[in-house]
Amino acid sequence: MRHILSILVENEAGALSRISGLFSARGYNIESLTVAPTEDATMSRMTIVTIGSDDVVEQITKQLNKLVEVVKVIDLTDGNHIERELMLVKVRAAGKDREEMKRLADVFRGRILDVTDKSYTIELTGTGEKLDAFLQAIEPGTILETVRTGASGIGRGERILRI
Amino acid sequence: MQLTGAEIVIRCLQEEGVEYVFGYPGGAVLNIYDELFKQDQVKHVLVRHEQGAAHAADGYSRSSHKIGVCLVTSGPGVTNAVTGIATAYMDSIPMVIITGQVPTHAIGQDAFQECDTVGITRPCVKHNFLVKDPAQLAVTMKKAFYLAQTGRPGPVLVDIPKDVTQAKAEYVYPKTISLRSYNPVTKGHAGQIKKAVQLLLEAQRPMVYAGGGVILNNASAQLTRLVRLLGFPCTNTLMGLGGFPGTDPQFTGLPGMHGTYESNMAMQNCDVLLAVGSRFDDRVIGNPAHFFRADRKIIHIDIDPSSISKRVKVDVPIVGYVGDVLDEMLKLIESSPQRPDAQSLKEWWGQIKDWQRKDCLKYDRKSALIKPQYVVEKLYEITGGDAIITSDVGQHQMWVAQYYKFDKPRRWINSGGLGTMGFGLPAAMGAILANPGATVACVTGEASIQMCIQELSTCKQYHLPVKIVNLNNKYMGMVRQWQQFFYGNRYAESYMDALPDFTKLAEAYGHVGMKIEKPGDVEGALREAFKLKDRLVFLDMITDQSENVFPMVPGGKGLTEMILAEEL
Repeated sequence: MRHILSILVENEAGALSRISGLFSARGYNIESLTVAPTEDATMSRMTIVTIGSDDVVEQITKQLNKLVEVVKVIDLTDGNHIERELMLVKVRAAGKDREEMKRLADVFRGRILDVTDKSYTIELTGTGEKLDAFLQAIEPGTILETVRTGASGIGRGERILRI
Repeated sequence: MQLTGAEIVIRCLQEEGVEYVFGYPGGAVLNIYDELFKQDQVKHVLVRHEQGAAHAADGYSRSSHKIGVCLVTSGPGVTNAVTGIATAYMDSIPMVIITGQVPTHAIGQDAFQECDTVGITRPCVKHNFLVKDPAQLAVTMKKAFYLAQTGRPGPVLVDIPKDVTQAKAEYVYPKTISLRSYNPVTKGHAGQIKKAVQLLLEAQRPMVYAGGGVILNNASAQLTRLVRLLGFPCTNTLMGLGGFPGTDPQFTGLPGMHGTYESNMAMQNCDVLLAVGSRFDDRVIGNPAHFFRADRKIIHIDIDPSSISKRVKVDVPIVGYVGDVLDEMLKLIESSPQRPDAQSLKEWWGQIKDWQRKDCLKYDRKSALIKPQYVVEKLYEITGGDAIITSDVGQHQMWVAQYYKFDKPRRWINSGGLGTMGFGLPAAMGAILANPGATVACVTGEASIQMCIQELSTCKQYHLPVKIVNLNNKYMGMVRQWQQFFYGNRYAESYMDALPDFTKLAEAYGHVGMKIEKPGDVEGALREAFKLKDRLVFLDMITDQSENVFPMVPGGKGLTEMILAEEL
């Protein structure tokens, strides 16, 4: 099962490696990991996407909570939540493909951030599936470069993660 | 008050009431050593290898419930200490390790004696800090001592660059500290405790399985009261020996890989298992699938939520300090008119007595060779069962755990989790300093003792009269045993060739050495050694090379699939 863990952690040097080290030391899997400071600069928020049985994810949560710098951990997939990922993709856009590429970017509500006479750099946000779908929709040979942030997530409605 | 970083470190140690620091100087810690030199409240014990410093601080802590402190320099000082730090981490021993680091401006430059201390030790400490700002030093030291001893205890490391020990900062030692990200649950959940008590009172075939948590939390009085009040059988793990008295008729001996037949049968066949400060370790429960096949209810008390349902699913988890939880349980039981059904309990004890009749710890007492078990039994007799015994790792460790009946906590000091050879002698140094006047023996083997033998020199310098009982079978005995059982008698590299003459070696270090080759001489030699109260005596006992540790649950087998002595 895919789980999205949201973690509030002290914004201190070494906190990230403590967390990533825990995953590798105990053989847990990280699909993606994003981190940045919150509105309170002393704290960072991390989103980790992991795949594991409920037992394994329970252990991961407990082990994360045990780290001294971890303030709070929740499993977003326990309830309703929103997840978004950002992708930048540079594609070949020359000749007859150019118009088609623009049209597809529009269909996926992408934005073209950078243009040359041979390429577009497109920004896309959405769930991981949506970004995958875009990459599948375009001609594979036209993809020059992609970069993705991994998922960020937040609970729906009144579900709030803060201290 | 403006103080240098080095002065601050020493002031913090004084403030924490630290008696001894085990350490080894070097470039990056020279300022700290200079401040140590200028005072006499905190005493320094100079080891001969940093591994010894960490083990000595560890043994000091295990035998006293005080925090062990060690101080080493950057680079190799740290890497040498890592084995000792990992040993303490695996057994949840509260320790503070202070390490020197190259100056802040040199960090990351591959400077002389630089290593990424915080990175190297991260997976084997409860927490660690790199202090780059002298103004943060006092508060960081306070955090280190606080973290080491609260919640599930463990080693905490403070890495201090040399320039930070030189720079001045305002010194205020905080009286208390709180961390928003660190709030261990210490009080057990009342509802869960009630549920647990109900299960215990309704149990027909109960078993108590107590581990190192009982020792660490000083909860053996509560455990003993509970077990006696209920009349239940009780087993103590390798880390928990002494938590419940070893001579009590309700004690069934060690559980697990080298546990007694009766403990393992009872663990498997009970209907209610009360696990107290124990963690269902692979050496204790054998194959988890086999263990779980039995239909029993499990109550698990532990300070660490991540210990619960990690290897074995439990029915009633209780997170909290084991002492507090046991107190609450005792209150409920004492105020309840209900008692476990006497008839069922009688039948259960009848079953356990049947298992005990197997006499699984019997060995050949008529042998012309010295049997290691016999040495431990004699050691038990001669020390009145009241010595602090440290051990290294291997067969000798198991024999002490099986044959020395520890009645009190903090008398049995061994590396359970990491299984570190070389632990015994330095740990004995720490134990003897923490318990002046106590009888301290280190039971070891000729392979293990050589891993930290340099500490004989430290023992000489500080007059530490450890009695070393070397069960010398000229083999890495446990490795040889596995090779005999599982590798067709192919004894690959487990033979100890070119051994030193241990008697002469002990004498060369300024101690007393004795070599004992006949069973008839064992008792006399032990008596003579323990009479030499202020001398370290190295007893080189030449034991039966072919002796094995029984019972044995082979790796991957179920807990009740034991090999017994007579089956071979």
